[in-house]
Formats: sequence, structure tokens, C-alpha cells
Amino acid sequence: MHHFRAPDARRFISASLMIGIAFVIFGASFGVLSVSAGASVAQTCAMSLLVFTGASQMSAVSVLASGGTVASAFGGAVLLSGRNAVYGLAMSPVLKEGSFASRLLGAQWVIDETTAIVSAETDPTTRRTAFWISGAILYASWNIGTLLGALVGSSINPSDFGLDAAFPVMFTAMIAPHLRTSAGRKAALFGAVAAVALAPFMPIGLPILVSALGMLFGISPTSPEPSPMTDGAP
Amino acid sequence: MSWTFVLALAACAYGLKLLGAVIIGQREMPLVVQRCLLLIPAALLAGLIAKDTFTTGQSYAIDARAAGLAVAVLATWRKLPFVVVIVAGVGTTALIRVFV
Repeated sequence: MHHFRAPDARRFISASLMIGIAFVIFGASFGVLSVSAGASVAQTCAMSLLVFTGASQMSAVSVLASGGTVASAFGGAVLLSGRNAVYGLAMSPVLKEGSFASRLLGAQWVIDETTAIVSAETDPTTRRTAFWISGAILYASWNIGTLLGALVGSSINPSDFGLDAAFPVMFTAMIAPHLRTSAGRKAALFGAVAAVALAPFMPIGLPILVSALGMLFGISPTSPEPSPMTDGAP
Repeated sequence: MSWTFVLALAACAYGLKLLGAVIIGQREMPLVVQRCLLLIPAALLAGLIAKDTFTTGQSYAIDARAAGLAVAVLATWRKLPFVVVIVAGVGTTALIRVFV
């Protein structure tokens, strides 16, 4: 850990709080859906504390809620968290300055949004300040939202409120930044067509894993350099 | 959902973060691998949207969820805040269920 410069700290606190509001909303929606899909409040909160990757958590709950196999729910969720390994490459110089224990903690906070906030800075000290402040605020926001949603979710019947539509609605909000590149749009088109076309012929959840093959559009050297996409969830 | 599932997913998700941030670090990961990993959300989220909107189990269905999705797509395209996208999309589905 190190001492933060006050003006930088204030700037990153306000930037993180803005994203934190979206995290609380998404976290709460995840909490409601997870509990309605049969997870306990404790399991739901444990996922946000330990997995801390919104798209993976939502994907797992969505596949299980629609009656998919555990293996396909697990496979899809793990695939979705693969991008954090790429963000980790960019964040490793920031984490390298600290103790081994702080690197282990910091690794958990490597997500789209912290990577985006840090990547906008060039000075190493400022980058460290940006990482630790945004990581702490976003981690807290996601988990507070999850807890609130899980508590509310255990007292309502989700289909009364149209909450089964909440999965595609949330995924729509999350996918938007990934469609800015033409490779992203091709991958998405492939994913959507595969999921619908294969649904009658495969066990529930499995077509999603075929959708993931859309990632192979990344083989084309014309696709752009890797850069983080902020989407309102970890 | 089982605790085994939760803990195994946590281990894999954290392991992938560690892999990039601590284990590989500043050594090389081929650019083509990085590009493919970053395309997974586009492909998989689109698959999930399609599955959750147009299928129930292994059969096709077009119902109130499709209207909710259409409203959410419109709200996202108009760059409205997240909370508006969620409330408008989910609210549309709920209203259609009540009145149709």
C-alpha cells in the first residue's frame, strides 16, 4: 500500500461512485434473480464476494434458472471470466509494487471497470491510487447491491414482476460496449443464431457454449487491439 | 445451486484473474489469444439474450419477454441510464402479463 495524493484520490472516488451506482443496481438485480433461481442468500452473497465477475454470475444463474445442466452453467460462467486474465496482464505493473498479500487481494479486483479507470492514467503512482480506490468502491458497491437484492428476492415471486425478462434485459445493457467493434458484432450475431438454432437439438445450456465459439472471430488480424469495456457490472 | 458450484466457480474466476495479474504478468500472452478472450462476452451474452428471450426449455416461444427485450434494446441504443433500461424492459413484460 502507499500514500494517496489527495486531489487524485478525490477524482477517483467520485468517478468510482458514479460507476458504483450502476453496480448497486446490477448487483441488486443479480441478487433477486439468483435467489429466485434457487440459490440461498448466503450462496448469492458468496458468489459476489468470491467470484466478483458480474457477467459470469448472471450467466450461471440464467442457465440454471432455465433448467440447464450444472456443467453448461459452469462452463459458460468460466468462459465469460476469461477476459479478466487479459485485463490482469495490463494491471500487473500496478500490482507489482505492493506486497505479495496485496497482489493476491488486488487480483480479485481486476475487472473491466478498474482496468478502464487505471488505463486512462499514465503516472505509476496515480495508477496505483486509481486501482485501489476504484477496486474498493466497486467491490463494496457490487456486494451491497447483491445483499439488498437477495434479501428482497427471497420475499417476492419473480414472474409476478416480469423478472424472468430481467435476464435478457440486463444482458442487453451489458453487451452494448462489446458491440462497438465489427468483430464484436460478428461474434454476437454468431452467438445469438447458434443459441436459438441449436436449442431444440441440444441439452439446455449447451448451445450457449457453442455461442462462445464466436470468439474465434478474434483470430482475424484485422480485429482491434484489446481494450477494456465498461458495462455497468464487474 | 450447490456450494460446490459456488466455490468451484469462485476458484476458476479468481484463478483466471491471478493468471493474468500475477502469474503471467508482463511476460507474453499471444495477441490473438487476448483478442479471442475479449470477444467471449459479445458472443456469449448475445447467446444468453437469444436463449432467455426466444426459448423456454428446448422449445421456441415468443411472448411478453420479447416485448421487454425490444424496449430494453431501444433504451440501451438511446444510451439511457442502466436503471431506466432495466425498469423499462422488466416493466414492459410485467404490464403485458397483467393486461394481455
